[in-house]
Amino acid sequence: MSSTAAGLAQVGLLIAALAVVYRPFGDYVARVYTGTKHMKVERAIYRTARIDPDSEQRWGTYALAVLGFSFVGVAFLYLLQRFQSLLPFDFDRGSVTPGMAFNTAVSFVTNTNWQSYVPETVLGHTVQMVGLTVQNFVSAAVGLAVAVALVRGFVRDRTDRLGNFWVDMTRGVIRILLPVAFVFAIVLVATGVVMSLKSGVSVDGQEVATAPVASQEAIKELGTNGGGVLNANSAHPFENPNSWSNLIEIFLLLVIPVSLTRTFGTLVGNRKQGYVLLSVMGVLWALMLTVIWWAEANGIRPLEGKELRFGIPGSALFANSTTDTSTGAVNAMHDSFTGLGGGGAMLNILFGEMTPGGVGTGLYSILVMAVIAMFLAGLMVGRTPEYLGKKLGKREVTAAAVSILAMPTVLLIGAGIAAILPGTQAALNNPGEHGLSEILYAYASAANNNGSAFAGITVTNDWFQASLGVCMALGRFVPIIAVLCLAGSLAAQKKVPETAGTLPTTGPLFATLLAGAIVLVAALTFVPALALGPIAEALL
Amino acid sequence: MTTTTDRPQRTPDEVRERHARNLGHQVAAGLFNPEQLLKSFPDALRKFDPRHQLRNPVMFVVWVGSLLVTVFAVGDPSVFTIAVAVWLWLTVLFANLAEAVAEGRGKAQADSLRKTKKDAVARRLTEGGEERVPGTELHVGDLVVVEAGEVIPGDGDVVEGIATVDESAITGESAPVIRESGGDRSAVTGGTTALSDRIVVKITTKPGESFVDRMIALVEGAQRQKTPNEIALTILLSTLTIIFLLAVVALQPFAIFSGGEQSVIVLTALLVCLIPTTIGALLSAIGIAGMDRLVQRNVLATSGKAVEAAGDIDTLLLDKTGTITWGNRQATEFIPAGGTTIDALVDAARLSSLADGTPEGRSVVELCVTRYGRAAEPTDQEKTGEFVPFTAQTRMSGIDLGGRSIRKGAASAFTLDQSTKAIVDEISAEGGTPLVVADNGTVLGVIRLSDVVKPGMRERFAELRAMGIRTVMVTGDNPLTAKAIAAEAGVDDFLAEAKPEDKMALIRKEQEGGKLVAMTGDGTNDAPALAQADVGVAMNTGTSAAKEAGNMVDLDSDPTKLIEIVEIGKQLLITRGALTTFSVANDLAKYFAILPAMFAAIYPQLDKLNIMALGSPQSAILSAVIFNALVIVVLIPLALRGVRYKPSNASALLRRNLLIYGLGGIVTPFAGIWLIDLLVGLIPGIG
Repeated sequence: MSSTAAGLAQVGLLIAALAVVYRPFGDYVARVYTGTKHMKVERAIYRTARIDPDSEQRWGTYALAVLGFSFVGVAFLYLLQRFQSLLPFDFDRGSVTPGMAFNTAVSFVTNTNWQSYVPETVLGHTVQMVGLTVQNFVSAAVGLAVAVALVRGFVRDRTDRLGNFWVDMTRGVIRILLPVAFVFAIVLVATGVVMSLKSGVSVDGQEVATAPVASQEAIKELGTNGGGVLNANSAHPFENPNSWSNLIEIFLLLVIPVSLTRTFGTLVGNRKQGYVLLSVMGVLWALMLTVIWWAEANGIRPLEGKELRFGIPGSALFANSTTDTSTGAVNAMHDSFTGLGGGGAMLNILFGEMTPGGVGTGLYSILVMAVIAMFLAGLMVGRTPEYLGKKLGKREVTAAAVSILAMPTVLLIGAGIAAILPGTQAALNNPGEHGLSEILYAYASAANNNGSAFAGITVTNDWFQASLGVCMALGRFVPIIAVLCLAGSLAAQKKVPETAGTLPTTGPLFATLLAGAIVLVAALTFVPALALGPIAEALL
Repeated sequence: MTTTTDRPQRTPDEVRERHARNLGHQVAAGLFNPEQLLKSFPDALRKFDPRHQLRNPVMFVVWVGSLLVTVFAVGDPSVFTIAVAVWLWLTVLFANLAEAVAEGRGKAQADSLRKTKKDAVARRLTEGGEERVPGTELHVGDLVVVEAGEVIPGDGDVVEGIATVDESAITGESAPVIRESGGDRSAVTGGTTALSDRIVVKITTKPGESFVDRMIALVEGAQRQKTPNEIALTILLSTLTIIFLLAVVALQPFAIFSGGEQSVIVLTALLVCLIPTTIGALLSAIGIAGMDRLVQRNVLATSGKAVEAAGDIDTLLLDKTGTITWGNRQATEFIPAGGTTIDALVDAARLSSLADGTPEGRSVVELCVTRYGRAAEPTDQEKTGEFVPFTAQTRMSGIDLGGRSIRKGAASAFTLDQSTKAIVDEISAEGGTPLVVADNGTVLGVIRLSDVVKPGMRERFAELRAMGIRTVMVTGDNPLTAKAIAAEAGVDDFLAEAKPEDKMALIRKEQEGGKLVAMTGDGTNDAPALAQADVGVAMNTGTSAAKEAGNMVDLDSDPTKLIEIVEIGKQLLITRGALTTFSVANDLAKYFAILPAMFAAIYPQLDKLNIMALGSPQSAILSAVIFNALVIVVLIPLALRGVRYKPSNASALLRRNLLIYGLGGIVTPFAGIWLIDLLVGLIPGIG
């Protein structure tokens, strides 16, 4: 089989697998968040934490719960790293420096999994398993919870209640993430992924690091986290040994964001509303896959920075999916991609992580974009704009605007300062347009909570540790607060009935409009910067 | 509840013509001529005041940018820097001009209204008699006397007497109207003139808050507050402005990193080209012009919010009488009885009605003329007949001519045989009114009078349906009659035997389901429903109570106007949305013009993006700036007129507007900037 045919077969298999689970899994997720019964283990958790699972929260309380929970997560993770030397399985790797510990703590709590550290030499198994892996679960569950709260805003009628964050979070972990991750950890072991508590093995006198990889690998992809247990991430044979594991990992990182569109359609009572979002996500994903694949296949040194066991299609498929989902795991060096291919991966991130985006974050981000698109569309049909039966007025537009503004603001300010800092040139492998691409990619990855690195840039100085940490935090929590505020004002509204005058949001016209809005907002915001980086590279 | 209008009866032809005018799909343009630009120039200059600019975030950024560029241009004068500075200031000027032109048109109307306010002297009734006070010193509750030839000093209700009043100063309609105490025709407006008789008016509004005052304030835009959708749009435009500000500010460090530092002038030019100046400049003009279009149609809205709400209407309540039907029962059929021929019946019916001035009588003659080819005018011989008018006792009217005594009247006034009685009963059952025609006591046949649906109503309701608006006909008729007329007119639903409470209940029910309801009304008992409706249009002929309760007043008292109001409301929003889309779509071409101009020096490969083949970096940047400024002027007429609106469903509208203003917005600047660049290249010192 030629490489292209094998690649197409992989894409076909991937889409078929997603199609099979789409309906049952999407509907299952919908049931998880609408069910009134609590499982025994959940009751135990609520009792211990003194939570009344049947009381609901206003948007402000919900947002405070998210922030409080995340803050505690950051503090815990920071301390865990700072006191690593006291913990078991630390293999004498010592305590993590303050800058790196801060960056890593924020990175994992925000579902970014940007890694400024080298796992094999910096972190022991305790921090990995008790710290990072726990956050891989709960940070994904936070994204799910916020998305569900926004959907409730659309569904509910004249209420100030959005649900209970603690319940949504607990259910996300226990009913969705844990069981799926458990099954796939075993599947991954079967494909050859390593699972070991040893620090390493000696092969022909050379020490090769090992870790409990499989258990973390599954949630790394499933929760669109992306933080590698080993430095080479999914390019490492212990994390991603062959094309089967490669395909399974790509499936895992897409399965929740994709299926959530079904959950959405089910929850709003009109499945077509979900299909139309899926179609927008799917078209942009396929388009960018084509661009990256073509660019890499036609590069000057096509296989530079790629694993031979995946080849160009396997690498392009992974790169496209990981940047489209805010996962950030990599199975190839994006820095070695062509100007167009690497620029495509960067553009995926700059779309704002909604094609299909991260777990939960993808759904709420595309809904925010739909609010903006429908506002303009509503004006153009001569009615006060509405979406899913809710009017889009001053409050809704403001919340959506703040949510959309956060990412470009922190990205451009961070990258702008970095570009002129004296220490930056020294941190870069390359000058000129490729150097600027490396800077832009780093801040795009942080601000969008993607976490993949273009690499080619050393990000361990204090400026990068601190500024990227701040970018990750603001890029995560400002949109979350805005989204919950939007949910609150939507839920308070009376539902407007659908009449013959309502602009339908289930057809190709709306899909075109939404896809256009996603591309246009990203293009208009970032083209000037991209012109000096990937565009200048690609036009050479 | 009544919809009687006291307008002098128009002939059917007049009404039809008027109606046909209203039927024009396109909400017609307010005329715009370049002269207005010149006239508005002084006002536009005054608007350079930064306090004024602050109200519009987008244009404020341009204003600050112009100042910044001017400072740098003075420090480094060249043809290019000065030209950019001048064109940036022109951008601000054009925006000011757009607003000033829109306001100027309102001012002209306000001036003519003010003339009606010429200080009227009021004859206030006091306990001992009357005193003369200036109209401005009247209080609510004062009683004033107005006699023929005098100007009514303030808004109020007639509490005594009846008079004909010339309201042309307000409505533009020259025919006088009748105002009388009691009933639904008691409201008078300050500034109108009594033509006959003597009336006593109880003043209902304070001076300065009268109808004319409000109207002046409205057309001048003095009290213009941003409407909800306008505020939301302003937030979106501000967001876009912030994004572009960030993109441009961050570009400088990236440029320095790449070894191609940019001048403040070039960066500011890029910023102004990117932010949505087109819609920013025209936004307030669009709002003012929208109100203006209403005023031109003699509709007075109390707020811009009401106009926007009109575009959102889901359900339209229309009174049957006078709105959907002509309001007068008209002859529609002749049914001979016994052995009478149709010709004999038609001739007799015509003769009986020739001198009958009532609408029914005239409709009989008209039917004879149009369907049976009889003469409309009496012959000399026929003129010799003696007209016998209708009285309550005889319940019939007719003519005595050459020994014949021809009568037509209510069925109960004649003795009828079985077959005629059957005809009469059938007509009654179908909701019509039978008129029996007899010659010397012999019954010849029956005229069917029925409610005639105005022509074109069915099409209008179909259009409304296409726009997603449901029409409900409200009538006092019995359900059977109502159903027949509803089916004929093509309304979606009807409310029969409606009492004012029923109307109110219907509005509440619709609103409970989240729908927005519009209605018209004129009577005092309509007031609660008018207040409850989201858009309540009171007829100017109505009572003060109705006018106070509604949020719009139609000076023409034409209930079908509601349909136009809905269209104007929609057009207002569409114009804003379309120009926003156009403005944002323009940016693509500007990137292609400016980015290569800025950076081809450091990355020559970026010149591949210069697909317009613009002459030089300087001419490219200047051309983009000039295009950005000129497009505002070019679009002023569109902003004032509103984009073309054709009633159709939402998807079709969106598709059309996306195509014209989205795709058009992408393509137009490529051509525009390319053309301007050709001209700019001729300027020495550039290119």
